[in-house]
Amino acid sequence: MGLDFSVIPPFYGTLALGVLWTIAITAASAVLSFFGGILLAVVALYGPLVVRLPFRFVAWLFMGTPLLLQLFLIYFGLAQIGVDLPAFVAGVIGLGFHYAVYNSELIQTAMVAVDKGQMEAARTLGLSRRQALMRVIVPQAVRDVLPPIGNNMIALLKDSALVSVIGVSELTLSAQLAIGRTYRPFEFYAAAAVLYYVINLGMEAVLRGFEKRNRLSR
Amino acid sequence: MTQTHPFVEIRHAQKSYGKLEVLKDISLSVERGQIVAIIGPSGSGKSTLLRAINDLDPLTSGEVWLDGLQVNKSLPHRQYENHINEMRQQIGMVFQHFNLFPHLTVRENVTMAPKLLKKISDKEADALAEEQLDHVGMLERIDYYPSQLSGGQKQRVAIARALAMKPKLMLFDEATSALDPELVEEVNLVMKKLAEEHMTMIIVTHEMDFAASVCDRVIFMDKGLVVEEGPPELVFKNPTQERTQVFLRKHLEGAK
Ligand SMILES: Nc1ncnc2c1ncn2[C@@H]1O[C@H](COP(=O)(O)OP(=O)(O)OP(=O)(O)O)[C@@H](O)[C@H]1O
Ligand SMILES: [Mg+2]
Repeated sequence: MGLDFSVIPPFYGTLALGVLWTIAITAASAVLSFFGGILLAVVALYGPLVVRLPFRFVAWLFMGTPLLLQLFLIYFGLAQIGVDLPAFVAGVIGLGFHYAVYNSELIQTAMVAVDKGQMEAARTLGLSRRQALMRVIVPQAVRDVLPPIGNNMIALLKDSALVSVIGVSELTLSAQLAIGRTYRPFEFYAAAAVLYYVINLGMEAVLRGFEKRNRLSR
Repeated sequence: MTQTHPFVEIRHAQKSYGKLEVLKDISLSVERGQIVAIIGPSGSGKSTLLRAINDLDPLTSGEVWLDGLQVNKSLPHRQYENHINEMRQQIGMVFQHFNLFPHLTVRENVTMAPKLLKKISDKEADALAEEQLDHVGMLERIDYYPSQLSGGQKQRVAIARALAMKPKLMLFDEATSALDPELVEEVNLVMKKLAEEHMTMIIVTHEMDFAASVCDRVIFMDKGLVVEEGPPELVFKNPTQERTQVFLRKHLEGAK
């Protein structure tokens, strides 16, 4: 059977919807992973011990086990004990927390590296420690690790394909749907690959924009 | 019985890092509007003493008072945090390495603390930033980032940032030591201006000429002790203590 890309146009709608879901789940998870990463970093460095230890353990769980398994656990596992999350929500939680842990590792390292004169200057003005952290330390730490956080976001986009297994009809699942109807895996997986690549380019442009805005402030 | 306190009073300040005693029972007071210079060899405890005044480096024992209130009052943790944050709003501090916030513009550096702590509006904050930056001659750079400024300009912004909280007392820890020689004067001029406005100031410095020209009193510290203090004419011209004489002689040679 030769290649025939004319099978694709009838599925433009399916694929477009897949693209939208992929963007939606990636964006939602990225936002969660960003702010979750900050929260985890602050708690890991400055939280009381009773909070720090369980946080460490959960972080270790998220980093040390496969994301696919985490998604199964959140979606199917929790449903079994009565927590019935929509697939999209389960996907966002899984992806978001998984990458929050990675982001938090980056942010922690950067927070520790912020010059200690910054905290002193902020406290001297009368800011509380929490205010100093949120207004002075965290923004500088995040600024310093924006490029690697951007890399995590790109990885997150690619890992968003995993949520197809819990039934979120994002791009990969949409392609599979079309393949189920046409028995044309090559054409549709190739089309999906191209679409991921285009989303990726868009995302990189957005990230570059953020980084440029940050250039002067160091 | 009413007791009149000096404006700033340090009582029996003692500070140890492990076995190392950095401050040994220091007492001193500063009247409102007075300008005091602290000089002394490296490691004598000048910064430690200055940083004890706003409790950045807490004393091991002793008391610090400002305008009738004890800065380092012993309180339960939570209450102490509130108390010290309020005291610090009244004590401006300027550091050797400026410590401007690099992620904020000059304007934001000046307005962040007043906006956060005094709940002033954006409009009031802008007016405040303009006033304070004009005062230090930095109004034209209001929307620059610190990375775009020279050292002298950074330090002037740092002074404006501290003044924006309307402090009762200003502390300077070698405000000009990190600057290229040609940038020292512009910062000194700002400090002189503050002196003329009768701001109470405690200035740790290695610049004897500057200390002699603006200060009412000079304190010479060595090895955690106040060895000698008095008006600059006396301490610089006719020091009574041998250690002061040795220090000043060395310093003069070093300056040549
Ligand atoms: N965090 C610390 N831990 C241990 N020792 C310290 C600490 N901070 C300061 N010291 C010691 O305390 C002594 C006084 O230091 P301090 O910085 O107050 O001196 P200084 O008079 O300001 O000196 P310089 O002119 O070099 O700034 C020094 O011996 C220093 O090594
Ligand atoms: Mg010092």
